[in-house]
Amino acid sequence: MKDIFEILEQNARATPEQISTMADKPVNEVEKLIRQAEKDGTILKYKTIINWLKLGKEDVWALIEVRVAPQRGVGFDAIAERIYQFPEVHSAYLVSGTYDLAIMVRGKNMQEISSFVAEKLAPLEQVQSTVTHFLLKRYKENGETFHLIKETNRRLPITL
Amino acid sequence: MLNTKSTATKAWDGLISQKVATLPPSGIRKFFDLLSSVEDVISLSIGEPDFITPWHIRESATYSLEKGYTMYTSNSGMPELRQELARYLELRYGVSYHPEHEILITTSSSEGLDLALRAIINPGDEIIIPDPCYVAYPADIILAGGVPIFVPTNEENNFVIRSTDIEARITKQTKAILIGYPSNPTGAVMTKEEADAIAALAKKHDLLVISDEIYARLIYGSEHICFPSLPGMKERTILVSGFSKSHAMTGWRIGYVTAERRFIQALTKIHQYTMLCAPTMAQMAAIEALRNGEAEVERMIQEYNGRRRLMVKRLNEIGLPCFKPKGAFYAFPSIKATGMNSEEFAEALLKEERVAVVPGTAFGSCGEGFVRCCYATSIPDIEEALRRMNRFIRKSGLNTS
Repeated sequence: MKDIFEILEQNARATPEQISTMADKPVNEVEKLIRQAEKDGTILKYKTIINWLKLGKEDVWALIEVRVAPQRGVGFDAIAERIYQFPEVHSAYLVSGTYDLAIMVRGKNMQEISSFVAEKLAPLEQVQSTVTHFLLKRYKENGETFHLIKETNRRLPITL
Repeated sequence: MLNTKSTATKAWDGLISQKVATLPPSGIRKFFDLLSSVEDVISLSIGEPDFITPWHIRESATYSLEKGYTMYTSNSGMPELRQELARYLELRYGVSYHPEHEILITTSSSEGLDLALRAIINPGDEIIIPDPCYVAYPADIILAGGVPIFVPTNEENNFVIRSTDIEARITKQTKAILIGYPSNPTGAVMTKEEADAIAALAKKHDLLVISDEIYARLIYGSEHICFPSLPGMKERTILVSGFSKSHAMTGWRIGYVTAERRFIQALTKIHQYTMLCAPTMAQMAAIEALRNGEAEVERMIQEYNGRRRLMVKRLNEIGLPCFKPKGAFYAFPSIKATGMNSEEFAEALLKEERVAVVPGTAFGSCGEGFVRCCYATSIPDIEEALRRMNRFIRKSGLNTS
């Protein structure tokens, strides 16, 4: 079962028929598993990794360290939810170390991100401090590398 | 001084040894030239992994360069590497070799095979090999002064050399049986029973076995039979292997031979005069591969397995019946139903649909009627290649189903 999802994780467009062949499982079983996984949230969504730079669209991203005060009964979850509900927040994690929440924020420009931090994030009662790191360059995301031109095939066309 | 063309030709001819001059060139030279002239080719004719060597291995080799590991090593190879190998073979196949006396690190398994043959062959000795087989087997035997004796294999016997067929060809001159399973070009693997039968035969007729196990790790759904691990076979087997296929390290040229001391001593004698030692950087990389490479090996095996199933299914669907390969990364479909011979098929397919496969005859006369398709290539390329092959078969008006 795991290999079905591994194949899908690598290629969201793999068809049930393809997966069935590669994982050596009947097509109807693969289809059933996928349907079920879509329903129970094992598969959250099918997305595409786009290199926006190629389209000349340069969003601004920031990684923000947030120190927060945990609340009785709910720990960090309630404040985390308050924060991640903002559409500007692309990802949010609770982390160990010198701060508590690591959030990735996406904006059209630096101004937009600054406003988000100054007007929405920092004023929250439980937020004690924030440190904003603007992203300068993306090297690798979700296992895929940016900026590298895909390796041209270096293999000889025929070897025995 | 040579001053006329005709005498020059004659004189120059004499400068090349007869053995080399009469050695048939690789059956795919013509094909290679043709391939270079066609654009947008999807090549299923490559005999190497499409993965780049895992990063941790490359990184460790780079580090070794930074630290200045650029000198010769001992003839036999770095002690650490031999120790790691001994551990690896013991753990994986339960066969123990003394790292100091029974392991030789070579510049690829190709060198290992050459050394093994040169170390055992007296002029005229016969070496039994399967047909079809890897192209270097007969050539290396001839270069070592031996005589290759081909034993036909086919779909009925799963392309595995049968002990009864071997026995029928044993003469006073027979010195060894050279086998390579999982097989290039067929993808065949040996079962325990088949291996046992060959082992019994070797003992009965006092023969050596050279076992080329370069594809040992690329095996799907069964356990690899490591030939020297069979009872009583370690003493009469020369195991040849390397890192090219298992760890996607073809360009590093790093391999090894294991055998009993007297053989390793003999091989080392040739190795020390002809190669001195395997490249130090590649040896450092191999140490890392053995210490920390397992996860990546497993990942590649899993990936190949999915592609294997895809390719075999599609080949059968388009009307090229395909023996089920259980190892290496080759499918060996029959193209007999098309009415073409292997070379005609490969050439026409390349010209008309720009898909390169290797004619089975490149691997021996029993390869006639088959082509070798390598699935160490991306899934989209496999899919597209098979679409083109399907179109080719339909277009030729051949009803193969």
